[in-house]
Amino acid sequence: MLADKDRIFTNLYGYQDFGLKAAQARGDWDKTANLMKAGQDAIIEEVKASGLRGRGGAGFPTGMKWSFMPKAPTADRPNFLVINADESEPGSCKDREIIRHDPHKLIEGALIAGFAMRARAAYIYIRGEYIFEAKVLEKAVAEAYSAGLLGKNAAKSGYDFDVFVHRGAGAYICGEETAMIESLEGKKGQPRLKPPFPAGAGLYGCPTTVNNVESIAVVPTILRRGAAWFKSFGRENNHGTKLFQISGHVEKPCVVEEEMGIPFRELIEKHCGGIRGGWDNLLAVIPGGSSVPLVPAAMMMDVPMDFDGCKEVGSGLGTAAIIVMDKSTDIVRAISRLSYFYKHESCGQCTPCREGTGWMWRVMEKMRTGNAEIGDIDTLYDVTKQVEGHTICALGDAAAWPIQGLIKHFRPEMERRIHEAKGDDMLEAAE
Amino acid sequence: MAEATQIPNEAETRAQFGAFAFSAENKKTADMYIGRYPAGRQQSAVMALLDLAQRQVCEETHTQGWLPVPVIEYVASYLGMPYMRAYEVATFYTMYNLSPVGRFHVQVCGTTPCMLRGSDDIMAACKNRGLVKGATTPDGMFTLNEVECMGNCASAPMVQINDDNYEDLDYDSMTAILQDLSDGKQPKVGTQLPGRHTVEPYGGATTLQAMVDKNHDYRGEWK
Repeated sequence: MLADKDRIFTNLYGYQDFGLKAAQARGDWDKTANLMKAGQDAIIEEVKASGLRGRGGAGFPTGMKWSFMPKAPTADRPNFLVINADESEPGSCKDREIIRHDPHKLIEGALIAGFAMRARAAYIYIRGEYIFEAKVLEKAVAEAYSAGLLGKNAAKSGYDFDVFVHRGAGAYICGEETAMIESLEGKKGQPRLKPPFPAGAGLYGCPTTVNNVESIAVVPTILRRGAAWFKSFGRENNHGTKLFQISGHVEKPCVVEEEMGIPFRELIEKHCGGIRGGWDNLLAVIPGGSSVPLVPAAMMMDVPMDFDGCKEVGSGLGTAAIIVMDKSTDIVRAISRLSYFYKHESCGQCTPCREGTGWMWRVMEKMRTGNAEIGDIDTLYDVTKQVEGHTICALGDAAAWPIQGLIKHFRPEMERRIHEAKGDDMLEAAE
Repeated sequence: MAEATQIPNEAETRAQFGAFAFSAENKKTADMYIGRYPAGRQQSAVMALLDLAQRQVCEETHTQGWLPVPVIEYVASYLGMPYMRAYEVATFYTMYNLSPVGRFHVQVCGTTPCMLRGSDDIMAACKNRGLVKGATTPDGMFTLNEVECMGNCASAPMVQINDDNYEDLDYDSMTAILQDLSDGKQPKVGTQLPGRHTVEPYGGATTLQAMVDKNHDYRGEWK
């Protein structure tokens, strides 16, 4: 198990104050200017060397993303850093804990990351529903300004940098980076076509990098302790520590920071008190938030919880939002509810997604009650394949994958319901 | 896309809100928001200003606030943007109410992680107190809605009522919260499980115990 001294988010549970003084006593904002003295390129190299991959779901190497930003921005076309705090993926609840309990890690990370990518300012886009969290963040930013850690000559580094908080207003799609940029510009959050990529033309047409909260908040600690320290955790290509969020049918749902690649069973046993009703009662797991396919119990038990480990069982680590389902779960309803979620959150821009998400949800509801034909399962699968990959952003894919996972692993259950609804002869257990 | 709302009669709302303008204090706040964006990019502040306007309507009407057409028009002209661009934003995001809501806006999360932990019971508790999904109670106290994932999955099921989250609910605690609110009392915000602090495992954190009682600095233990 990861030792407490190697945890980055030491105030994760909010037992102590989030404010600047307490944060500084825990080690935040400690000689930040010295870290920045190494220079922009050296910071990017260090982050690259640490093996940090984006914590927002896609897992793109963070240092490499930063290196795409122009090295010599002009005054009329400055670089921008946008921090994605629009945490809305069902199952994800880690950025909320960072923001309300350890906001100074994020703000210090924003300064260092912004400096490294030569950004003029950072916008932290926090989801509208995080009302209390946004208040905490605003307070922490104000504290940093009055202590001279932001603004002109931020933290006495000689670099001018601003951090602004921008509140969303309830749209899952704004977590997609180009939709977030649209929303920041005061428009509907509808994703843009790529290219141009944000690093070329993003916010206000200027070069922009969008990073997840966790990716930014871990940077100061990585620089303080060195890339080698961060890289010493986890397997090749999947390094570092990670906030895992476990919800659903475990004894004790929680958020916990652990080493990447910790086996699923170990994670649940150590921190969540096991599966409700024991391991034999486990039905299926969604390992990375609602957008990734579910994995049946037998396949899941010993999976190392990292990007490659989850990929090997046909799913993904996503944001490490682990949704656990025991055998009491109506699995078709659980996935149908996700289909409703995507129907609700589709921005309506691309036809396959706008029409497809609604259609898929309606058919999933038929599957739930069994009011369908066996052939409808194949039609449903077919439609998910036609939505997948045919939309501007990945919401279409995200809506398709949970259904594909359900059909792949639980087709017999779907067929059973259809037979049952029709009153077909069933095999009866011996008395 | 959310379901279409029943938008109230325009003549009536014009009569009531036609003269809407930010209060002196809100005007200051609005200008502070606008100042966060580069010159000429004041449209970026439209989300913040719509929220601010909704909160002002909230105070003026003693409900949870909504955005009548004249109010959206006011915000649009405040920012020098076409009305339709502001209206687009108001209709796109779910947190802007396009029709009046009650004193308490009860938003029960019903997405899968909450569903697995018993959000059906929370809905039942609301229903048994006379709340109807998508409607306001006749006394104007409660508007009930089912919302999508609110990001409180490790302390599910949850409900957001006005600006406060109530987590780790069950039928009884939800009923008690609604009772407190209608009695004019403020229920305890956050987790409802006795002894749980935030999102640590229930019964005590498995990690970072040194942080529980005092602000521990782990740097001395770094190699």
